Amino acid sequence: MSKPLLEVQGLKKYFDITGGIFSRKTGDIKAVDDVSFSVFEGEVFGIVGESGCGKSTTGKVLLRLIEPTDGKIFFDGMEITKLSEEEMRKTRRDMQIIFQDPYASLNPRHKIGRILGEALKIHGIGSKIEQQKKVKDILEIVGLPGEHASRYPHQFSGGQRQRIGIARALILNPKLIICDEPVSALDVSIQSQILNLMKDLQEKFKLTYIFIAHDLSVVKHISHRIGVMYLGRMVELSSTEDMFDNPLHPYTKSLLSAIPDPDPDFIQERILLEGDVPSPSNPPSGCAFHTRCPEAMDICKNVRPVLQEITVNNFVACHLYEVEGDNNRNR
Amino acid sequence: MKKPVLEINHLRTHFFTDRGVIPAVDDVSFYIYEGEVLGVVGESGCGKSVTSLSVMGLVPNPPGKIVGGEILFRQHSVNETTENLVKVSKKRMRQIRGNQIAMIFQEPMTSLDPLYTIGFQIIEVIKNHEKISKKTARNKAVELLKLVGIPRPEEIVHEYPHQLSGGMRQRVMIAMAMACDPEILIADEPTTALDVTIQAQILELMKKLNREKSMSVMMITHDLGVVAEICNRVVVMYAGKVVEEGDVRTILKSPKHPYTQGLIQSLPKMNQREERLYSIPGNVPKPGEVLQGCHFADRCSMVFNRCVNEDPELYMLNDGHTCRCFLYGQEGDDLNV
Ligand SMILES: Nc1ncnc2c1ncn2[C@@H]1O[C@H](COP(=O)(O)OP(=O)(O)OP(=O)(O)O)[C@@H](O)[C@H]1O
Ligand SMILES: Nc1ncnc2c1ncn2[C@@H]1O[C@H](COP(=O)(O)OP(=O)(O)OP(=O)(O)O)[C@@H](O)[C@H]1O
Ligand code: SF4
Ligand SMILES: [Mg+2]
Ligand SMILES: [Mg+2]
Repeated sequence: MSKPLLEVQGLKKYFDITGGIFSRKTGDIKAVDDVSFSVFEGEVFGIVGESGCGKSTTGKVLLRLIEPTDGKIFFDGMEITKLSEEEMRKTRRDMQIIFQDPYASLNPRHKIGRILGEALKIHGIGSKIEQQKKVKDILEIVGLPGEHASRYPHQFSGGQRQRIGIARALILNPKLIICDEPVSALDVSIQSQILNLMKDLQEKFKLTYIFIAHDLSVVKHISHRIGVMYLGRMVELSSTEDMFDNPLHPYTKSLLSAIPDPDPDFIQERILLEGDVPSPSNPPSGCAFHTRCPEAMDICKNVRPVLQEITVNNFVACHLYEVEGDNNRNR
Repeated sequence: MKKPVLEINHLRTHFFTDRGVIPAVDDVSFYIYEGEVLGVVGESGCGKSVTSLSVMGLVPNPPGKIVGGEILFRQHSVNETTENLVKVSKKRMRQIRGNQIAMIFQEPMTSLDPLYTIGFQIIEVIKNHEKISKKTARNKAVELLKLVGIPRPEEIVHEYPHQLSGGMRQRVMIAMAMACDPEILIADEPTTALDVTIQAQILELMKKLNREKSMSVMMITHDLGVVAEICNRVVVMYAGKVVEEGDVRTILKSPKHPYTQGLIQSLPKMNQREERLYSIPGNVPKPGEVLQGCHFADRCSMVFNRCVNEDPELYMLNDGHTCRCFLYGQEGDDLNV
C-alpha cells in the first residue's frame, strides 16, 4: 500500500456545555473522543455512524476549521496541529472540504465565476485571464457548461449546485478532499450522477477522499476502507469487503443488518437494538455501546475497549475480541 | 374480497402563489385496501405530503386549494357509508381526524407542543376520542407509550418534548396516532429523520400494529428499502402525478415506467459491488415549471414524439398494475382508470 497522506493520533474534540446566569461551563460534549486512523494516498476512506456520532466534527477538526481539544494530525508527513494560522491557510490549499448542503454553502449574491475564482485569487494563482479560464475548465470537468460562470446559485438545481461545490473544492488541485455527506441532500435519481462524478474525478486526479455519510450503501459504493463511529469513538475500521462480508463489532453488525434492502428477495436477518442512542454529553462508562449491545459482558460496563488490529488491517474496539488478559475471548 | 377504505380519484391540489400556480398534486388517483400498507414513493417535491394533507383536510388555504377530484372514505363497519372528504363539513372533518384517520407528520417537533408534557398531549387526544375519566385516560396513555416501546413510560408522561430524543418523539407521535384507534394511519416519512437502527425499531412496531389492529397504513417515503420492508402495494409519483402503481414485488422487481426503472437501477446495491451506477440524466422539474406532455419526457431514455405533445393516461397493464406511459398504450387509447 502507498504511504499515509493523513495520520490522526488520539484526536479529541470536546465542546463546552455552558449554563446558568454566568454561562459557566457545566460539562462537555465529547463529540470526538480519542480517535486514531490513517488515510493512504489515493484511497477513499469512508466514515459512517449514526447522527451526532461526531463525523462532521472529525472532518472539520482535520482541516482545523475547528481546533482539536487534543491529539495530533499529520498531513503529508507534517504535523499540522502545530502550524500557525497563516501556515495552516497555505496548507489548506491541499486539503479541501465539500459540505452536505449545496444550498447553504454557496453565497447567493455572488456569481458562480466569482465563487470559484475566489480561492485562486486568495492564493494568487495565475493572472485574471488565466483564472477565468481555469473557472471555465473546472466547470466543464464537473459537467456544467463554462458559460454558467455568469449565473447565480439560485439558478441551479440541487444536483448542479453540488457540482459547483465539487468544482470549488477541486480548483486548487488539492491532494485531500473531505466530503461531508455530499449526496445526502440530493434526490435519489440525482445521487448516482454525483457519485459517479466523484468517483471519476478521484481516479482521474488520483485524489484522496474522506467520505462521510450515514447512508451505508453510498459509503460502500465509493470507499476502499471504512471506519465506523459510535458516540465520538471509532469502533471498527476495515476494508470495505471485509466489513460487509464479516463485520466484527456488535454495533457494526446491527447497523448493517438494519439497512432495509430494496430487493424483496434479499432476506435480512435483523439484529434489533434496544433503547436509544445515549447523549455524547454523558456517554456510558466502559464501552459506549454497552447500553444497547446484545453481547455486553460485565467488563464492558467498566473498561473502555481500545481499537486493536485483530486480523491484518482489520481493527475493532470490543472486549469480545480482546487478546491479552486472562479472559481470552478471541473469536 | 378486499375492499378499499380510501379511494382518491383525480385529485388536484394547487397552490396559488405570487409566482404563479403550482400544481403540486395534479390528477392523483389511488386506493388503500382495508388492513394493507400502501407505499407512496417519489422524489422531493413530487406531491406526497400535499396528497396526504389533502386527505386530512389540512392543506394550508390560502395559498393551497383542492381544485378537483374526490377523496372517498368508506367505513365498512358502519353500514358501508361513503363520504367524500373534499365535500364534508369542517366539523365532520375534525371528527374524522380525531377518530378514524390519523397522521404522523414528517417532522415530529412541529406537531408536538413544546409547552405541554407528553402525557398531557396524549390524554387530550384520548379524551377527544372517548368519554372517559382523566385517570383512565392517563393509564391508557402509559399503556400506549409501552406499546410503542418507550422505556420508563410512567416517567416519560411527565416530560416535555425537548427532553426526548428524535426516535422517542417519533414513537410518541405514533402513540398519539394510535390513541384513537384509527382505521387509517397516514405516516409521512416517519423514519427519514431517524438513524437506521432506530428506524428498524419503528418499522417493526408499525408492522406489528398493522397486523394486530388490521389498521390500513399509507406510508410516504422516498426510501425503496423501507418500501420493500413494510409495504404490500406501491404508488410511484413523479412531478404531481401517479406514474405507476402495483404490488410491491412487481414495482421493485419488474417496474414498467421508465422513471421507476431508472430509480431502482440507480440505487447503489448493498449485496453486490458495481463500478459505475446507472443514473437518470437531467434534473427533477422545478415547482411551477410548465410541463407539456409526459412530465418525465425530458429525462426519459425511451422518449418518442407522442410523449412530448400529449399527456399519457394511466394504462392498465395487469390486474392492479397501472403505468402512465405511452409505451404501454395504443394509439388513440383512452383507458382511463
Ligand atoms: N459547535 C458545537 N457546539 C456544541 N456541540 C456541538 C457543536 N458541533 C457539534 N456538536 C455536538 O457534537 C456531536 C457530534 O456532532 P457532529 O455534527 O460531528 O455529528 P455527525 O456525526 O456529523 O452527525 P450527523 O450525521 O447528524 O451530521 C453532537 O452531539 C453535536 O450536537
Ligand atoms: N404552502 C405551500 N405553498 C406553495 N407551494 C407549496 C406549499 N406546500 C407545498 N408546495 C409545493 O407543492 C409541491 C409538492 O410538495 P410536497 O410537500 O407534497 O412534496 P413531497 O413529495 O412531500 O416532497 P418531500 O419528499 O420533500 O417531502 C412542491 O413543489 C412544493 O413546492
Ligand atoms: S465491548 Fe462489549 S458492549 Fe461494547 S460492543 Fe463489544 S461486546 Fe458489546
Ligand atoms: Mg454531520
Ligand atoms: Mg413531504
